Amino acid sequence: MSVQASPPLHIVAFCCHYCAYAAADLAGVLRLQYPATARIVEIPCAGRLDALEVLHTFEHGADGVMVAGCLEGDCHFQSGNLNAKRRVDFIRGLLEQIGLEPERLEMFNLSSAMARRFAEIVEQMASQIQALGPSPLRKQARSQPETIMESHTP
Amino acid sequence: MSESRNPRQPTGAVLVVGGGIAGMQASLDLAEQGFRVHLVESKSAIGGHMAQLDKTFPTNDCAMCIMSPKLVETGRHLNIDLYVDSEVVSLEGEVGRFVAKLHRKPRYVDLERCVGCGDCEAVCPVSLPDIYNEQLTARKAIYKLYPQAVPNAYAIEKLGVAPCRHACPADQRAQGYIALIAQGRYREAFRVIKEDNPFPSVCGRTCHHPCEGHCTRALIDEAVSIMALKRFVVDYALAYGRERVEPAARTRPEWVAVVGAGPAGLTAAHDLAKLGYGVTVYEALPVAGGMMRVGIPAHRLPKGVLQQDIDDILALGINLKTNSPVDDPAALLKEGYDAVCLATGISTRDRSLGVDGEQAEGVMSAATFLRKVNLGEPVTVGERVAVVGGGITALDAAAVARRLGAREVHLALDRPRGELPAYHWEMAAVEAEGIHLFEHTTLTRILTQEGRVAGVELARTGKGMTVDEKGRRRPRVLPETIFTLAVDTVIGTIGQQSDLSFLDPRFDELEADQDTLASEIPGLFVVGGRKTGASYIVEAIALGHRVARSIHAYLQGESPGAIEEPRPSPVKLDREQATRLYALDPARALPRQEPALLPIEERVTSFREVVLGLTERQARAEAQRCLQCGLCAECLECVYACGTDAIDHNMQPQEIELEVGAVILAPGYEAYRAELSQEYGFGRYPNVITSLQLERLLSASGPTEGHVLRPSDGRPARKVAFLQCVGSRDQEHDYCSAVCCMYAAKEAILIREHDPQAEVRIFMMDVRAFSKGYEEYYRRAQEQYGIQFTRCRVSEIKEDPQTHELILRHAGPALEGPGARSAAERMSEERFDLVVLAVGMEISPKVQELGRRLGVELDRYGFCATTTFQPIETSRPGIYAVGPFREPKDIPESVIDASAAAAMAGGHLAAARGLLTREPSYPPEKDVTGESPRAGIFVCHCGSNIAGYLDVQALTAYAASLPNVVHAEDLLYACSQDSTAKIRERIREHNLNRVIVASCTPLTHGPLFQDVIRAEGLNEHLFAMANIRNHCSWVHSSDRAMATEKAKDLIRMALGRALALEPLHRQPTPIRQSALVLGGGVAGMSAALAIAEGGFEVDLVEREAVLGGQLRQIHLGLPGVSEGESADPADLLEDMISRVEKHASIQVHLESELVESRGFAGNFTSLIEHRNGERREIDHGATIVAIGGAEFRGDTYGYGTHDRILTQRDFEALLAAEMNPIPRDQGPSLELKDVRQVVMIQCVGPAETVCARTCCTVTLKNALHFKRRHPQAQVAIIHKDLRVYGFKERLYRQALDAGILFIRRSNGERPMVAFDHPEGILSVQILDAILRETITLQPDLVVLSMPMVPAKGSRELASRLKVPVDMEGWFLEAHVKLRPVDFASEGIFLAGAAHYPKLLDESIVQAQAAASRAMRLLARESVPTGGAIARVDPSACVACLTCVRICPYGVPRIDESAVGAGGIQGAAYIEPSVCQGCGTCVGECPAYAIELLHYRHSQVEKEVIALLRPEEIWTSSEVGS
Repeated sequence: MSVQASPPLHIVAFCCHYCAYAAADLAGVLRLQYPATARIVEIPCAGRLDALEVLHTFEHGADGVMVAGCLEGDCHFQSGNLNAKRRVDFIRGLLEQIGLEPERLEMFNLSSAMARRFAEIVEQMASQIQALGPSPLRKQARSQPETIMESHTP
Repeated sequence: MSESRNPRQPTGAVLVVGGGIAGMQASLDLAEQGFRVHLVESKSAIGGHMAQLDKTFPTNDCAMCIMSPKLVETGRHLNIDLYVDSEVVSLEGEVGRFVAKLHRKPRYVDLERCVGCGDCEAVCPVSLPDIYNEQLTARKAIYKLYPQAVPNAYAIEKLGVAPCRHACPADQRAQGYIALIAQGRYREAFRVIKEDNPFPSVCGRTCHHPCEGHCTRALIDEAVSIMALKRFVVDYALAYGRERVEPAARTRPEWVAVVGAGPAGLTAAHDLAKLGYGVTVYEALPVAGGMMRVGIPAHRLPKGVLQQDIDDILALGINLKTNSPVDDPAALLKEGYDAVCLATGISTRDRSLGVDGEQAEGVMSAATFLRKVNLGEPVTVGERVAVVGGGITALDAAAVARRLGAREVHLALDRPRGELPAYHWEMAAVEAEGIHLFEHTTLTRILTQEGRVAGVELARTGKGMTVDEKGRRRPRVLPETIFTLAVDTVIGTIGQQSDLSFLDPRFDELEADQDTLASEIPGLFVVGGRKTGASYIVEAIALGHRVARSIHAYLQGESPGAIEEPRPSPVKLDREQATRLYALDPARALPRQEPALLPIEERVTSFREVVLGLTERQARAEAQRCLQCGLCAECLECVYACGTDAIDHNMQPQEIELEVGAVILAPGYEAYRAELSQEYGFGRYPNVITSLQLERLLSASGPTEGHVLRPSDGRPARKVAFLQCVGSRDQEHDYCSAVCCMYAAKEAILIREHDPQAEVRIFMMDVRAFSKGYEEYYRRAQEQYGIQFTRCRVSEIKEDPQTHELILRHAGPALEGPGARSAAERMSEERFDLVVLAVGMEISPKVQELGRRLGVELDRYGFCATTTFQPIETSRPGIYAVGPFREPKDIPESVIDASAAAAMAGGHLAAARGLLTREPSYPPEKDVTGESPRAGIFVCHCGSNIAGYLDVQALTAYAASLPNVVHAEDLLYACSQDSTAKIRERIREHNLNRVIVASCTPLTHGPLFQDVIRAEGLNEHLFAMANIRNHCSWVHSSDRAMATEKAKDLIRMALGRALALEPLHRQPTPIRQSALVLGGGVAGMSAALAIAEGGFEVDLVEREAVLGGQLRQIHLGLPGVSEGESADPADLLEDMISRVEKHASIQVHLESELVESRGFAGNFTSLIEHRNGERREIDHGATIVAIGGAEFRGDTYGYGTHDRILTQRDFEALLAAEMNPIPRDQGPSLELKDVRQVVMIQCVGPAETVCARTCCTVTLKNALHFKRRHPQAQVAIIHKDLRVYGFKERLYRQALDAGILFIRRSNGERPMVAFDHPEGILSVQILDAILRETITLQPDLVVLSMPMVPAKGSRELASRLKVPVDMEGWFLEAHVKLRPVDFASEGIFLAGAAHYPKLLDESIVQAQAAASRAMRLLARESVPTGGAIARVDPSACVACLTCVRICPYGVPRIDESAVGAGGIQGAAYIEPSVCQGCGTCVGECPAYAIELLHYRHSQVEKEVIALLRPEEIWTSSEVGS
């Protein structure tokens, strides 16, 4: 692996099963190109996500976190996306309190047909995080994963 | 099916026709109720029209989002057999025991093998209009209907064999190589030519090209220059290097000898060598090639070109022995050849010309002449030559004679030049070379001098033939035309024949079978006997193929009949169809390209090739002229590209026979073909589109990704007009399509949402916003989105040819409100960027044909005839019609129909429930508790879809290097059958307890792999997927290194998650197989009967002392809505009550109400209380709410203060009393016979703001009944919109015909009803919205159309059942579109007017639907509960009620008996059987006391940690930890 000047940024994208994850799938089918910085973690509903999980994700060294759920009013589980939104707003407040830019966390809503929108939000998030730079938490959290991996290979 | 079955027992299977939303719903309901379903769809995938929609009204839900789970479920259901590409051709038998015959069109793609990877699509050269995108864009001939299509497999659109291919004896896929040439893919073109023809070079230069004679393009102008195109490809391949031919693998021990190295012999040798046989070719001449070599002059076919083809054939490993004549083929068999093929072709002996003087010196046959020249033997022709004959050989001989130095060459043709199989330019070229042409001329005598030719006597021929003294047919000579020419040489080209006279006389009688080419000597095959000769090279090639197939069959011991492959019929288009194809692509509008020729002076002095061939530019232009009339070009590119060998271009149609007990017809509608309304210019003006096209434009996955762009120039449409009722409510359609108003409002809203600058105007007659939530939606469109609704019909659209803007002329402005003037005042003109035609619903001719085939009665529009009281039953018992097929309707009503039909069909077949269903069978599950994780990772190439963009080898190696991974492997297609078998093998081999597949999306493929591991005894939850295709290779296709790194991350994450996974099990919970139905009206009784017929117990609870509900107050049917129907509600009432009371499975509880209900789906316990205070506990599995509604009562318009102000119900009772001397409920208080004028007022009370759906219909019904009895009386109806939807529109038309007056009022203007005293004269005053004048009427009666309102006590009941009601008090369904009779709480269902005002038929259908939904549950003895659901750890729970409050389904409750945190009594409990698994409670629980199984905190976090701090996760992992 080539040595890079700055380590690649990592964005964790929590995507709900019925809309956001499916929109990401469709973006693939349509071959839409977007930055390779986001890694999707599938959850059944955006409402499933709890605050501590998001905070832990930052603690583990994520540079950005995005939560993507169904369109408002269209949640497959009725209101999970609205609960998620409320929680995301709350967590952004916490981030601010601990001195982390709240812009590192964003909530998005999209339908499963909105592939273009998915590509756009990844792009938006990528440039947003690019502008903020690596998370200050990740220095202690992460060194080069490959070397550590090797040492842990049985 | 077992024969021993009771003959009276019905077949437990149902045929569902149509795979749209209704067909899917009916199938799913039936399959869940214990029946086998055969779902037949004529397209290549299910989904129907709903799959095309962007959003759905009135909730603006994404159509695909809500539908795709149903698609997947239908596609994977064990008891639904999907027959796509299929149609029902016949149905025999009767209800309970039908036999259906299906015709399945060839798809040319094997559904079992296709993995939907799309590699084929990428290489397909043929573009066709994309039907799914309403022709706004193009798709390939091999296509998947839409990205989410089920089955997830490709299909090929092929009309049949292209006529060019069909005409070719050698079956050349001409359309195929032409399509490839058009794209500049010459190597591929060459490859497909060689597929069927080992002599492409020859056939590109000298072929009689019957292909061009059959070319469809000739219907437009001239045929495509197919031969020249073939030559171009060959020359290109030659110029840029043909691919080296590798020797064919010897896979078979047998040897074959081929005698004769002509086109037939070498083709046979070629085919046999490729089949793996050893082949030796014997040739008498010193060179190979036969007539191609010695019969065709070099200026037409250069020797080097021919040699290329021969070399390629020999390179397969064929032995060629030249100078080796064979006269005893049987000897070869004795020598050890297993078969011998005699392919010696045309005889070398010259045949007689049959004229005097033919023995003279200087007379020779063309064949001999050409052979000598071609073999380099000396030939002298002298100064003057006459060539006689009528074929291409004559042309050749003349041209050669000229090149040998003859100054004068005469060519006498016995036919006109046009009949020669030569191009017109070839004839012209010959003439240009100085050869004299005589047409219609024959040789009558050869003049001789001293035994040498001195001249010829020629004569013109007349029509017809004569027979000469030797019995030969000869052209009829016109004696007066005889003339002579002095010549030195005569070359005759009398047709040649193949014969076998060179053989040993023993073989004189040798004959071969015309089909198999086998002689009577076993192992000896003959091409070129008396019967089996070829006239043209390409025919010889065809014979070569055939004899090779025959020899192969012989050597394999197969029956010789097997050699004929069935061939699909050729495409035959008429001029109109051809013109349509022609118009598809502007590049087709080019003249035929002709190849350049060598200059004359160079021609006659050398044997250089005359025809120079097409230039590349010419070739591509010419190839583009092809109309692609076969659609699929059969270029075989897909076959080469497919990695799973799924494509079979020879697939044949199939006839399938199915035994079923009942049939549900859900064939759906066809959008009105807007081009038929010529005044709107659809098809002529690019910016006039249909509403379905707009739907695709609005879709984020559509051709413009949701941007509304003008088709003419791709610019945003800023001003959009909708024209309503296109194909509805007009001269040709007497019905309303019921959906157009709402979808137009929806599309208008979406346009505005997308582009707030856009201006949208809807031109309409009435806005039919008649159902729940529609009125609010309509109002929101106006108020919130500023959409203008203009009440007028646009008469014509014109186009500004410069800007493509559309100019609409209409009466108006006609906007409602103050200041608006009368419509008649002026016409105005307005310009728009885009005009959308809101097209109505029709029944396609194909569906009408189906209806007739199946023997169900149709109305004159082709809709299926059904009746009010049996709304989904067709005229043939056991066949049900659902969806728009029986009346135009929207999605929820189609879904309701579908469920209802499932209940009805199931009712007939109750005795056979479960007999034909399949259960999944798995081995016992392995207990992996305590084992350390042993993961297997399978990395998929997905053909080139992943491997093309990611380094799969590196990924596999990386996966293998990860901890806990005991096996990693890459697979070409992980989902193909051989790969899944391999995964199973590896699970056994390595004792895997975690499986990770790195491929595509778990949404479509997760269940498949879960099934695979379960089949090996692994719990299906010990599986994870890394989506390295949709989320990686496809979206980062430009950076291989980066994408590969990301894929490594994704694999590591999936592994991290997998290590934290645990087995989950669903436990069977026994259920009570009975239902409680609340409400004894028409809905309640219908539901109870449907469930009882289905074989389950029902408790029916009615508040009143009698059954019947509101039906008791309905006395009159709807006249003339369904053709020829007269339905008396009294009959229905009587019939239903008697059936309910007699049914052994229905227990009726009158004067009773529900006071309490607890439990969950399958296990409810309810308490009902009789009016006398007696209480009774009922255990039941399902609950149906059917408590109906009530007529509104209020003092609006003076109701209750004057005895001549009535409600419609009062009025109906009066009418009924008048018709029937013994009234049912009460005696009449009023006589109608003296009434001269009635005024009816619509939209009364709450209906002033919210439409109550049924009032308009009831009003028209009563008005019509009254008017028919009292034609002299006047009826005036004061209304806003008139909302009679579907066939109810016919009431409106009848009312207009009957002279009923309609006075339209605007929203704000309410009529004034006045009278001086309670018996005094009534007066009604209203401002007419159209005339803008106040009208005063003095009626004898004022009839108020009171809307239906929720029944008393509905809110209380809702709270007892813990189900929601809306603002007005109507019960709220789980999902407006797709779960219209379910409550969000499992096990409780909704029917009839408790949901919203309903007409009788609507209530009946909805009740049957609710019954169907209930029976899905009741049909099982137990329901599996558990799985990925939320679970409370009581010891951590502080009973704070957070989960109780947040759960959208109201599932968590506080269990008082549980011990919570700190030992305090009371903790939350989540009932596994009702938890929906969203995890909202988990996200909210402040004490971390709830876990969502399969998405535990540890599992989600492990995935994150694996990404970010991988070193942390490998430390401790134990199954179930």
